[in-house]
Amino acid sequence: MLYAILCYAHEETVFAWSKEEEEAVMGKLMEVQEPLMKAGKLGPVGRLMPTTAATTVRKGKEEPLVLDGPFAETKEVLLGFYTMEADTLDEVVAFSKKLSEVNPGSSSYEIRPFYVFHPNELGKRETST
Amino acid sequence: MTDIAWIELALTAARPQAVGALLRYFRDLDTAEEAFQEACLRAIRTWPEKGPPRDPAAWLIFVGRNSGVDAIRKRARNEPLPEEEAFSDLSDAEGDMADRLDSSHYRDDILRLMFICCHPDLPNTQQIALALRIVSGLTVPQIARAFLVGESAMEQRITRAKARVAKAGIPFETPGAAERVERLGVVSSMIYLVFNEGYSAGIVNPDSAAFCDEAIRLARLLLRIFPGDPELMGLLALMLLQHSRAAARFDVAGQIVLLEDQDRTRWDRKLINEALALLDKAIRHRQPGPYQVQAAITALHARAPSAQETDWQEIVLLYDLLERIQPSPVVSLNKAVAVSKLKGPDAGLELLEPLAERLQSYFYFHGVKGGLLMQAGRNREARDAFDRAIALANSPAECAHIRQQIDKLSVAEPL
Repeated sequence: MLYAILCYAHEETVFAWSKEEEEAVMGKLMEVQEPLMKAGKLGPVGRLMPTTAATTVRKGKEEPLVLDGPFAETKEVLLGFYTMEADTLDEVVAFSKKLSEVNPGSSSYEIRPFYVFHPNELGKRETST
Repeated sequence: MTDIAWIELALTAARPQAVGALLRYFRDLDTAEEAFQEACLRAIRTWPEKGPPRDPAAWLIFVGRNSGVDAIRKRARNEPLPEEEAFSDLSDAEGDMADRLDSSHYRDDILRLMFICCHPDLPNTQQIALALRIVSGLTVPQIARAFLVGESAMEQRITRAKARVAKAGIPFETPGAAERVERLGVVSSMIYLVFNEGYSAGIVNPDSAAFCDEAIRLARLLLRIFPGDPELMGLLALMLLQHSRAAARFDVAGQIVLLEDQDRTRWDRKLINEALALLDKAIRHRQPGPYQVQAAITALHARAPSAQETDWQEIVLLYDLLERIQPSPVVSLNKAVAVSKLKGPDAGLELLEPLAERLQSYFYFHGVKGGLLMQAGRNREARDAFDRAIALANSPAECAHIRQQIDKLSVAEPL
């Protein structure tokens, strides 16, 4: 089964991190991912830009509406995601727990199984972090 | 990161909203700040044990309000009761805090807190200092170091600024739509002042260089609560683009590296991509404004793989637009530079002519003029312009940069 792990956090806090704090957290998160990566089970991993860069297309009466900002105005927002291959949910839960332990900014990880519609090479183009 | 470090970040992040709300309750900046301080102390005591609350700002407002009320009651035992209008909403102090935190309220709370720092009587440096103290929560020593003044001098400056603001009366009524737009404009310029204070300090003073990050944080905060404002998107994009060059703007010796000579691989692509996304959003609104146009100009530099591949044609058109919506001799000076890239130094010099009088004491004017004269082979006149620039330089780095130009002159034509 393919799983997506959606990382929710307080945006204000995470974007108040200094460069050093950010690098420290990212380093630890990389360590947690490495075994999965080596086992070939880790799919694309993404960090979302701040919600201020978000646009929402919402169903309107006639044409869909294009709105500035995220879909829902909430205290905790979706900040990033992981995708992985796993045989059991336990495996995904264990991985998410490890991520949670090293990431002081995250408040929850939502685990959602998903289907792939278009497997492609998109992830390779944008490797800058 | 330790727990305490995380808590400190959460307190900083919650500060504008919490102090803004407490200011609305108590209608007095000092009382609001003290109440917030008290709430922070309690947070540091209780959060490590009980875990952070789901909504740190709501927690701090609730606790801060109660402690503020306590403090007022204690004082009231010794003093006559304060007038009823002196503070508002106290009767429902125990009311449902989720209700109180209705988003329509807190938007204006944050905006008001920023707006009072922008009193027109306050000189720019005091506006910046006040905002960094009240909105960002920087300490007085931190701000003093950034401005290269003593702590007690900075303390005095901030106290005077606060007194000035209090005397002016804080606008508590919920602003109307037109007023809100006006406040947003004033606050945007204040945020850009904070940014520029950090930007011009560069690497010389890391304490003020941190202002760039702070200004970006404040702009993101504002845009989150006013998500559909294209000029705010423009302002944030502009600052992100300028900040993306931070690592390339100075060489190892601390000397200025001009845009055309910068190592573009050192530009921060993450910041650039965010800025480009914001600009795309802003342009959809079809309401161009000065920040959007400046950001669009800066974006053209960011998009160019090399200095030679810069789209000067488009940049000149954007400067034409900027001259129309925000005419200023500095904008015209920048346009002259762009025109010279497109049509040669003589075309640029021609555009400088009419600006000479108004920009006679402006460092960049003489620097640019010297550069263009040098390109045109008029070395003697270039030398005069560079001498003038050195006399007006604002920092040792600026001075050193002009000296390098003069050295190039001497090589070209030994004196």
